[in-house]
Amino acid sequence: MTPVLSLKNIRKAFGGVVAIQNFSLDLFPGEILALVGDNGAGKSTLVKIVSGVHRPSGGNIALDGATVSFSDASEARSHGIEVVYQDLALADAQPVYMNMFLGRELTRKPFGLLDKVRMRAETQKLVEQLDVRIPSARSQVRDLSGGQRQGIAIARATHWARKLILLDEPTAALGVAETAKVEALIGSLKDRNLAILIVSHSLDQVFHLSDRICVLRRGEQVGVRHTAETDKNQIIAMITGVYS
Amino acid sequence: MAARPDRLDGIQDLISQLRRMDFQTSVILLGFFAIFLFFAATLHDVGFLSTRNLTNIVLQTAPATVMAIGLVFALSAGEIDLSFGSVVAVSALASAVAMQNGPLVFGVLAGVGAGVMIGAFNGVLVAYLKLPSFLVTLATMGLFAGIARSMTDLRSIPVINERFTGFFGSGHLFGVPSLVIWTLATVAIGHVVYRHTRFGAHVLAVGDNPRAAQASGIKVQHVRLAVLTLCGTTAGIAGLLYAGRLQAARYTLGESDLMTVIAAVIVGGTALYGGKGSIIGALFGSLLMGMLNNGLILMGLQVSDQMIVRGLIILIAVAISLREVRR
Repeated sequence: MTPVLSLKNIRKAFGGVVAIQNFSLDLFPGEILALVGDNGAGKSTLVKIVSGVHRPSGGNIALDGATVSFSDASEARSHGIEVVYQDLALADAQPVYMNMFLGRELTRKPFGLLDKVRMRAETQKLVEQLDVRIPSARSQVRDLSGGQRQGIAIARATHWARKLILLDEPTAALGVAETAKVEALIGSLKDRNLAILIVSHSLDQVFHLSDRICVLRRGEQVGVRHTAETDKNQIIAMITGVYS
Repeated sequence: MAARPDRLDGIQDLISQLRRMDFQTSVILLGFFAIFLFFAATLHDVGFLSTRNLTNIVLQTAPATVMAIGLVFALSAGEIDLSFGSVVAVSALASAVAMQNGPLVFGVLAGVGAGVMIGAFNGVLVAYLKLPSFLVTLATMGLFAGIARSMTDLRSIPVINERFTGFFGSGHLFGVPSLVIWTLATVAIGHVVYRHTRFGAHVLAVGDNPRAAQASGIKVQHVRLAVLTLCGTTAGIAGLLYAGRLQAARYTLGESDLMTVIAAVIVGGTALYGGKGSIIGALFGSLLMGMLNNGLILMGLQVSDQMIVRGLIILIAVAISLREVRR
């Protein structure tokens, strides 16, 4: 099977500081891969490289086997890669449906005016499918709870992603019940045959959700394990570099 | 799941919009009618309610309303323009000078062109040199006020082209004063662009959360350039309206509009920090300011007292209309 995303010998340096080196990873459709590592290990840098925010200093990125190079985030998006940010990239004072279509608004012929009816209908359909419970597609985002907002951010990514969704600490700002809800939502995305890369600090979450775990330490890949064949102690040892 | 018919959805939309005629919309409308009724009751013997006086209010507010449209876009995108008053003077003078030796077209092009160029100048400084619009336009306000003074050595320039003064001032189309047509046309176009185009949606998104807008592929800097250029353009048009109505251009035109227009826009429900606004609200805000000016004059207040009362009323209006937004 061809990997959806294939990273080969990725290297990224900011000036003289090497953030990522010699990083390789394959990601397959319908798979959730967790990226773990201590603060400053390079997780966010890696997410930014895959999402087109940073260009790698070296190495090769391939999507479905074809080498790609993104000059910015919108180019990555046009290749079917969506990102869900930890700090919720939503416009608070706008309604849910406008957020769902932010930057990709639907328009109507002949004058190119916004097709609000269709955007609302599609939003409603999507949040129902994904069981994100919001009062209405017209609700203002700022009136929603943290879990509902993250639900919308994930629903938006799901709507537009054709290949890959990157989740950067998707539950960092959420309470216990909301985290459970968002985790269930992330789990349900596997059925859509998308590849999912999740960055998380919570090992409980990682073990609960992921199929494989990739550990980063000081910008280098320490190893990749099948979640079913490892345990927390091993992963913690890999993260810290302290083996007992 | 069967899709609901569009018509039903449209009606639902209307109902929910009426329901969302929230606090703020009601406050501006209530305030508008309260002040109207107050003046109507206290000033009916000096002709506040006469058709001529009411028409005059609308005619006098036309330039401010047109400027308010541009400012709604700028504020909604999280930017501000303080220079539009100076742009009015430059644009009116440029158009008057151009028409001294040329046809009407020259006057229009010179006036609007001056507005577009100054707006774009502000916009480039803000969008590409990343300077805060407050400081940029504070500086260009002074800069272009000075240029307006030096353009004609403080002299006023008469505008004698009758087609120009008809088109932008005293003329009528089907019995409707041209200034009313200008007001309605810019409000209508502004409203559609603001509420029903991708550009309008991007303006709101940039003002609401620039990082989210950027991450969604919106060209944030283009939007900033566009809204400031738009502000200059509407100020340029306002300059033509002044020159047309007064049949002359002078460096003092637009000088006192800064506070009036900002107050009109804020009272009309546009957030000072971006992400939320209303063109229709700005129209009512502008009419409210015009009515206030008119009523205070009819009351026989001294200019100094007018300023004090106007300042106080704007303060109250802004405080009330911001109550819901701040939370």
